[in-house]
Amino acid sequence: MNVVTPFEGIGASVKRKEDLRFLSGRGQYTDDINRPGQTYAAILRSPHAHARITSIDTAAAAAMPGVVAIFTGADMPDLGGIPCGWQIHNKDGTPMAEPMHPVLAVGKVRFVGDAVAAVIAETRAQAKDAAEAIQVEYEVLPAVATLEAALAPGASLVHDDVAGNVCYDWHIGDRTVNEAAFAKAAKVIEFELVNNRLVPNAMEPRAAIGDYDPTTEDYTLYTTSQNPHVIRLLMGAFVLHLPEHKLRVVAPDVGGGFGSKIFHYAEEAIVTWAAGRVKRPVKWTAERTESFITDAHGRDHVTKARLAMDADGKFLALHVQTLANMGAYLSTFATSVPTYLYATLLSGVYATPTVYAEVKAVFTNTVPVDAYRGAGRPEATFLLERLVDVAAAETGMDRVEIRRRNFIPADAFPYQTPVALQYDSGDYQATLDQALEAAGWAGFEARRAEAKARGRLRGIGISTYVEACGIAPSAVVGSLGARAGLYEVGTIRVHPTGSVTVLTGTHSHGQGHETTFAQLVTDRLGVPLAQVDVVHGDTAKIPFGMGTYGSRSLAVGGSAMVKAMDKIVAKAKRIAAHLMEASVEDVEFDRGTFRVAGTDKTKSWAEIALTAYVPHNYPIEELEPGLDETAFYDPRNFTYPGGCHICEVEIEPETGITTVVNFTAVDDVGRVINPMIVEGQVQGGVAQGIGQALLESCVYDSEGQLVSASFMDYQMPRANDLPMVSVATHTTLCTHNPLGVKGCGEVGAIGSPPAVINAVVDALKEYGVRHIEMPATAAKIWGIINASRPAMAAE
Amino acid sequence: MYDFEYHKPGSLADAVKLLSADPDARPISGGQTLLPALKHRLNKPTSVVDLSGIAELRGIKREGNKLVIGALAKHVEVATSPEVKAAIPALAQMAGTIGDTQVRNRGTIGGSVANNDPAADYPSAVLGLNATIVTDKRRIAADDFFQGMFTTALEPGELLVAIEFPIPEKAGYAKMRNPASRYVMAGAFVAKTGGAVRVAINGAGPGVFRQTEMEKALTANWSPDAVAGVKQDADGLNSDIHGSAEYRAHLVTVMAKRAVANAG
Amino acid sequence: MPQVTLTVNGKTSTVDVEGRTLLVELLREKLRLTGTHVGCDTSQCGACVVHVDGESVKACTILALQANGSQVTTIEGLAKPDGTLHPMQEAFREYHALQCGFCTPGMVMSAIDLVQKHPDGMSEKEIREGLEGNLCRCTGYHNIVKAIAAAQEVMHGRAQSLAPAAE
Repeated sequence: MNVVTPFEGIGASVKRKEDLRFLSGRGQYTDDINRPGQTYAAILRSPHAHARITSIDTAAAAAMPGVVAIFTGADMPDLGGIPCGWQIHNKDGTPMAEPMHPVLAVGKVRFVGDAVAAVIAETRAQAKDAAEAIQVEYEVLPAVATLEAALAPGASLVHDDVAGNVCYDWHIGDRTVNEAAFAKAAKVIEFELVNNRLVPNAMEPRAAIGDYDPTTEDYTLYTTSQNPHVIRLLMGAFVLHLPEHKLRVVAPDVGGGFGSKIFHYAEEAIVTWAAGRVKRPVKWTAERTESFITDAHGRDHVTKARLAMDADGKFLALHVQTLANMGAYLSTFATSVPTYLYATLLSGVYATPTVYAEVKAVFTNTVPVDAYRGAGRPEATFLLERLVDVAAAETGMDRVEIRRRNFIPADAFPYQTPVALQYDSGDYQATLDQALEAAGWAGFEARRAEAKARGRLRGIGISTYVEACGIAPSAVVGSLGARAGLYEVGTIRVHPTGSVTVLTGTHSHGQGHETTFAQLVTDRLGVPLAQVDVVHGDTAKIPFGMGTYGSRSLAVGGSAMVKAMDKIVAKAKRIAAHLMEASVEDVEFDRGTFRVAGTDKTKSWAEIALTAYVPHNYPIEELEPGLDETAFYDPRNFTYPGGCHICEVEIEPETGITTVVNFTAVDDVGRVINPMIVEGQVQGGVAQGIGQALLESCVYDSEGQLVSASFMDYQMPRANDLPMVSVATHTTLCTHNPLGVKGCGEVGAIGSPPAVINAVVDALKEYGVRHIEMPATAAKIWGIINASRPAMAAE
Repeated sequence: MYDFEYHKPGSLADAVKLLSADPDARPISGGQTLLPALKHRLNKPTSVVDLSGIAELRGIKREGNKLVIGALAKHVEVATSPEVKAAIPALAQMAGTIGDTQVRNRGTIGGSVANNDPAADYPSAVLGLNATIVTDKRRIAADDFFQGMFTTALEPGELLVAIEFPIPEKAGYAKMRNPASRYVMAGAFVAKTGGAVRVAINGAGPGVFRQTEMEKALTANWSPDAVAGVKQDADGLNSDIHGSAEYRAHLVTVMAKRAVANAG
Repeated sequence: MPQVTLTVNGKTSTVDVEGRTLLVELLREKLRLTGTHVGCDTSQCGACVVHVDGESVKACTILALQANGSQVTTIEGLAKPDGTLHPMQEAFREYHALQCGFCTPGMVMSAIDLVQKHPDGMSEKEIREGLEGNLCRCTGYHNIVKAIAAAQEVMHGRAQSLAPAAE
């Protein structure tokens, strides 16, 4: 019999195991879950960006049909504030300002959307009806909606005890060395830019169900989270004061996160706490408009930079001053984003000898700002790659040549940057070469001329980037202010017949872990993919975990699995040695078969698994039965994916509409487990990057009202806004994790925005454009064209 | 959404009776505008009167030199109707670009015209083609019907029954969509009917309006170049995060030019 | 309380509703067919698309009472009783056209209507334009477009298999 076993291990584009349930409508997202006796919560939210609450009258609302209970901040005196997970220190060594973030507003509201009261009712509609009937009197205070307004002298204070609205004033790098380098520069490029504020908009709105069993005093929270164990820790220990063994957090199928579902949100605490009070399950599901005003937003930086160069175009020094918007309260990881996830990347792919960065984080009367796909690294990349293009233009250098001349050479790894990180591997010339070839860079001028003949302005842009994933190691991040460890946990549970269940502390909300993680097991243990299931998202099942963000799942979570599999194989070999009456040193294992080296004596995986659980003939004195191992893996370093993105656009001068006509991504994500999934991740990330560059704009008015508060005004990328995205990889292996993987979830969103804007600026070069802020909308581009050549206006 | 009573009358007379009896009753046909508004609690009707069971409001037919389209005709029906495609292809083309597939499968011409959203498509066709609005009580000329943002000549309880479009010699439409909502940011419907030229502009201002300078220019010379030089005054046009009044004014000229080109 | 009688995925049900109950609420909360999702409140995202009497509609923008007497098909009703997937479902799997899966049911239902309305087939541009009413935040649409392009060939009987010619 000729049995053909398809290759399902590392490197195979196997179809996803999770797809069948999603395609059949059998996914179980949080709002799909219904608990017996369930009630519904509606949250009354502040219509004002900044106001003092003078009174709340719930009497009329409480008498409305179906109302079970109404809670305000005054009902929660014993609850803690929503904590921030990372403490930053100021330049002078003092800790950052860390004002209280109450679950429901107490005294003041600080952004439009701030939670004021929670109504629990029999139906969703009744809860909403009653929330409307709550009478709140506000004394409206002046709002600060922008960085500029918040920092103005005499500005209204978001938190009465935070002077000047400054959360922290931090720096990194050696200022003295930096200034000395500037003093020797032949040329200094000065540049200012904005990184536009974005709304993450995962397609599944956030939802949470609190459940409480009065007989055991056990609480369960079902929530749309990327990291259920982190939520259990933050909410249990800091907010509700519940011990871990009495609090189970389940993050079932989650419909996209992009960072916005990392954080612990007030609604999670509200439904959990309220379930205990009303002794019934409480469900809350955000409407999209509610998502816009409560999900943490992303980006929102204003930056000034200076780049010192020598006469040959070599970078001598970089000085960066950034203002970062924190919003009204500190979200879970907000403080780390513009510091350790941004400023540490300001060396980029370049061997700039000195980098000095200063970051001031500022409170405003807006939704909290935190990590959104890329988190800090897109901001660093956008700054660097725009700055390098400007430097090229202003020194008359070729855009490719200036990059090549300044790249960290492939033989310089490990490379210590002047801003703390040590890159382990990479080959920026190689990814650049491959991308230039794939994008047809050399033939571009012909395409530009052809477009011009059709009345279109064509431009091409390039971005070469490096980022940092799998944030680590715990000891280092702890010394930098992280209040948690950043290891990951994996359990390999081999069942008696040899099939495997993997328990992972990471969480999949689109990434396909149920497939790629199973592929790791198939590759190492030889168990067919169909016999490997991956379980995640439930603190009652998974020993522990830190969740999924920062492209860490495979690099950290996958490595934990490898360590657990090492233990499994070591033990299985001892069982096999016993059965084959050989010494354990002589037993070899290769994908499902144990063999005494140099002989034809073998035992199958299934035989060893069965023996582990039916230990009749077993070295019971020296070995426990069972085959179930857990490993915690704490990485030795970040991983450093990098690459080159090239974008080609065409602009219709008459309307200003920009069309992305070609997009080429060549990324070094380390070893690729499933090429199909990697390509999908990059395509999706690039779509978000193009969205940021051309379409998406989160706008507050001066009163702090969110103007772009629905899909009617916030432009989500649609199918017709995007091109096919050509994706390729060029691999250098990560040197410090057992899989050699780096991470692929964020590269698309990090590398692409500057490639797009560089292309737009290139297309508009005849208009003398130095820079165009994101999003480069049609109206904005037409404005530039119209201002330069009024005669064209009506053509 | 606030709760309401739901009625589904079987005749025009019954519908009018229900709507006349209760000033807070609202008619619904496709519901593609009304339901999103109700979901946001922008409206609190006591009852909703579903017109979809009323046969008198249906049908698309050619009557001599007119095309008569019943109020309940869905956008998809207008877009694919052989009668419309043959008589006024620009109208079919317009209908095929309203909203998205699902909106076109539910939304109706009567609902759109009666709502008179400044960023809707149909009002510019009605005005540009000098159509007549037929209600349960009277006939209203397009010039009299549209009275600014979300306002029409319809009286409370009065129902739009059909729209009669004179068949033009030439007609064309072009629009630029709002990048987020996909409603119209600036659109132009141009038509030459019985020798008379009309240019109706939607999206750009607080309501659909006629661009008389362009009408004059096209009367003199029916060509894209004739309108290319006519500037729209930005005063009074909409200005928002998606584009300034100046940008919209510019787009009016661009879209008018394209509309003429589309008309052939 | 008003009642709605409708046939969903071949099964006829009569359900008590309020005037304001939306079809999507009836499906999700009364019939527990939770495959149809709600991703926005402005009728734009398309996560709720189902077929009513054969046409794709946004189930969040139609009252349950407006669907009285209708034949409704949801994502749960697409596969054959033996589990054989609809070619569009199969194509989405084959081309990795879904990641988090939340937009997927609506995307698949829209795509089927789109293909059915274009018997002569659609270009890449036409497919992209046809997806106007559906948002996906994960895939960048790249693989969704490829999946629909492949599925239309099978659905119109021009191809036996979804597999790309060479890859």
